[in-house]
Amino acid sequence: MISYLPYPVRIDDITVETEDGNLKTFKLVLENEAERQAWNHVPGQFAMLSLAGQGEIPIGIASSPTEEGHLLFTVNRAGKVTTALHQMKVGDRMGVRGPLGNGFPVADKLKGRNIVIIAGGFAFTTLRATLLYMLANRDNYGKITVIYGARTPGMLLYRDELAQWAARDDVDLHVTIDREAEGWDGLVGFVPTIAGEVGPSPENAAALICGPPIMIKFTMPPLEKIGWTDDQVYLSLENRMKCGVGLCGHCNVGPFFVCKDGPVLTRAEASRLPVEF
Amino acid sequence: MNVYKFDEPGLAAWINKLLETVPVYCPAAKGEKCGTHPGWKKMTEVMLPGTGGPAGSSVKTFYFPQPEVLSTCSLKKNDDDGLLLKEPAPAAEKQVVFGVRPCDGRSVELNNLPYAEEKLFQQNRERTVLVGFSCSEPASTCFCQATGGSPYGTEGLDILISRQDDDFLVEILTDRGAEMAGEGLTPAPAAEITALEKLRAEATGSNENCDRLKNKDMAALYDAAFWNPLSESCLNCGVCTFLCPTCYCFDIQDEALHGKTRRIRYWDSCMFPLYTLHTTGHNPRGRKVQRVRNRFMHKLKNFPDRFGPLSCVGCGRCVVECPVNIDIREVVTDLLAVE
Repeated sequence: MISYLPYPVRIDDITVETEDGNLKTFKLVLENEAERQAWNHVPGQFAMLSLAGQGEIPIGIASSPTEEGHLLFTVNRAGKVTTALHQMKVGDRMGVRGPLGNGFPVADKLKGRNIVIIAGGFAFTTLRATLLYMLANRDNYGKITVIYGARTPGMLLYRDELAQWAARDDVDLHVTIDREAEGWDGLVGFVPTIAGEVGPSPENAAALICGPPIMIKFTMPPLEKIGWTDDQVYLSLENRMKCGVGLCGHCNVGPFFVCKDGPVLTRAEASRLPVEF
Repeated sequence: MNVYKFDEPGLAAWINKLLETVPVYCPAAKGEKCGTHPGWKKMTEVMLPGTGGPAGSSVKTFYFPQPEVLSTCSLKKNDDDGLLLKEPAPAAEKQVVFGVRPCDGRSVELNNLPYAEEKLFQQNRERTVLVGFSCSEPASTCFCQATGGSPYGTEGLDILISRQDDDFLVEILTDRGAEMAGEGLTPAPAAEITALEKLRAEATGSNENCDRLKNKDMAALYDAAFWNPLSESCLNCGVCTFLCPTCYCFDIQDEALHGKTRRIRYWDSCMFPLYTLHTTGHNPRGRKVQRVRNRFMHKLKNFPDRFGPLSCVGCGRCVVECPVNIDIREVVTDLLAVE
């Protein structure tokens, strides 16, 4: 039976991710042992973060199901609930309702394929979950290419992990920033440009693209030029939502409920929907 | 299930007995003061519905009461269980809603399709007994038959009462209804039951509109040219969604007062720009035409594609109350004309 009661959680750790302080990663631990044991999610799923007296917000789960014992959520301070969340301290109690949505098809359609992860800005969160899941099940996937861009070096998420992934020889990592910056000797250029330069082969491959709509729009032409088709490109939609289970109505895109039928869908599926996201 | 026959004094006596044991709601007159369920008042003396269409307000207020408390807690960190949201004890006492037209009864069955697994809706359904009244003389704005319903329809109802000359045939349709009916009632003669069933069969509408809409291409309907002129006059007042028995969208808000909070839900309306507004300021349905189209597409295309029937029972309330005379029957006609 569907209920709207969140699981109680405690904030175990808070990391300020970006130089503007607007993005923080919250490490949450479910309070009840039984719920901690029972929790299971698929990379790409989201959950409602619940602050009693403030409200609930749908946030992608940034941790991989292979990271046991806690959940990570990277949250941009933008509205009422996220602002209240940013003021909370380690040890505080809040709630999590989920996991919700479908997630990336890591256990079926993506299995055995070469994976290209393309992310811009703070949309990297559920792709971090996906990447970690794939690295923990490395034999199930072919070549893994990651293209990740942010405005400045200080706006990149998970910088310690980026350094670790760069050192691995089973991940092809390309991190880029929008403009030259002091102390940055990595790639410079927008994500679509870098994606075109990397030119990942579409053969037996799938691309998972998350980022601002404008980035996705301009990333497609260079990929299409080298043979990528819409049915091998996975996107994750966002819309205002309340219930998270396909009932309250808010998040619908035509017949598609982002919360229940999505948030993940292929670009081919998205192109058959009205542009109401 | 059983069918009984009452004369008018007999029916009045049966209702009076109900009034002694359980809260009974009946349609209120327009503007009449009501309690927690707008448009429905506690019945204090026997009132039988007259002719014409459904009551001014739909029965959804009994299935989605406002506000409906989802959870509560103390906001004081140091309290025992501070900030720990808990669900309130479910409301379990029975309530009877009397004088429900078959269209409203059917709406409960339609809403049950998406809400089959929702705890609150199912709890409300379990405690609510719908006593229907056949609609022998529908209003000019009624079109239940065009949506697949019937003025003598039983879907969603627990008891259905049909006038027969000066008497009443009372059909007990569910266990919930049987519990309210009591014992020692006079069974209706078989011939009269057969006559009622014949009347029902003849009056039952068709699913033709629904089937034809399901066969059309969603994108073609979405792109139809008539949405623009249709939506121009819309004021986005939302009255259609609030009156509609099959509009079930809701909003969730936290209400904090005196160190306590409750998480509540209220009806919401896809006619409002705020319904889809992102925190960034981006609005996927920022234009009126998008919102008007979304409401009709949901009811007439997307819901049928997913669940089978139209999400409309033909009660005609939106037709009656729309301040600019937008008429869903005309929208159906326009959609059916799309190639």
